[in-house]
Amino acid sequence: MTNIILPQLGDGITKAVVACWHVNPGQEVNAGDELLEVVTDKASFCVESPVKGKIRTIVVSQGAEADIGATLGVID
Amino acid sequence: MSKSIQVEDWGTIDHMEAYQRQRRIVDEVLLGAAGRLIFCEHPSVITLGRMTKPDSLIYTREDILGNGINIYPVDRGGDVTMHTPGQLVVYVIVDLRPRGKDLKIYMQQLEQVAVDLLSNFGILAISIEGKRGVFVGSRKIVSIGVGVRKWVTFHGLGINISNDLSLYRFIKPCGLDVQMTSMEQLLKAPVLMQDVKRDLKKNFERIIEGI
Repeated sequence: MTNIILPQLGDGITKAVVACWHVNPGQEVNAGDELLEVVTDKASFCVESPVKGKIRTIVVSQGAEADIGATLGVID
Repeated sequence: MSKSIQVEDWGTIDHMEAYQRQRRIVDEVLLGAAGRLIFCEHPSVITLGRMTKPDSLIYTREDILGNGINIYPVDRGGDVTMHTPGQLVVYVIVDLRPRGKDLKIYMQQLEQVAVDLLSNFGILAISIEGKRGVFVGSRKIVSIGVGVRKWVTFHGLGINISNDLSLYRFIKPCGLDVQMTSMEQLLKAPVLMQDVKRDLKKNFERIIEGI
């Protein structure tokens, strides 16, 4: 099981909003696939899959805010 | 211009075609190609960023389309914006991996490029903490919206030079109750697009290359 983490986006950026998910629970993904977009400060950033696997859970839904380092979803 | 960023001028180009070109260049840059500083203008189009609010379109979609203005959703940050002839659109496709991977610094530097450009033309413009873009007094003159894939940027700036500001009546620019302005409105004189591009190249070389 691997967590999808909201990465560091820059000095002083502490939060981002999940703009949209490109995958659904149960979907197979490869390492490097774009899983979702987060938005901070007028920049949209694609978060990639850290591993090959299957999306188990989406933890932070579209429109919700998350802290840098938070778990956004889980991959089996 | 430094070898690591090339300048391209696409002239007037449909927004969707320009978007597709950008995405192809992002893929090239990810494979090691040079970054790009791209100048263009778009036929009138409204683009909806990822954070567009339902009330940011003041008119109905049918009214807007009926006025010959296309509406496209786009994968950049921010709310709604508008591109029209006379606005210089500047797309910046650079790899932030060797430049510190810091979106905040990158956005600040984009704003600084625009502030310095306007200063070159005698316009005192500022960026405002918490409000992305560049302002002259309370009026907005430059809009900013950025997308990032694998730390390669795309989208960029919209600089109002001689565009028809009355077209902004269709939207709340960036979701704000803000009045827009342009270089020609402020200077009360014609501004040559080529002069703006020349100064922008210099500012990018000095500021963005220095990330």
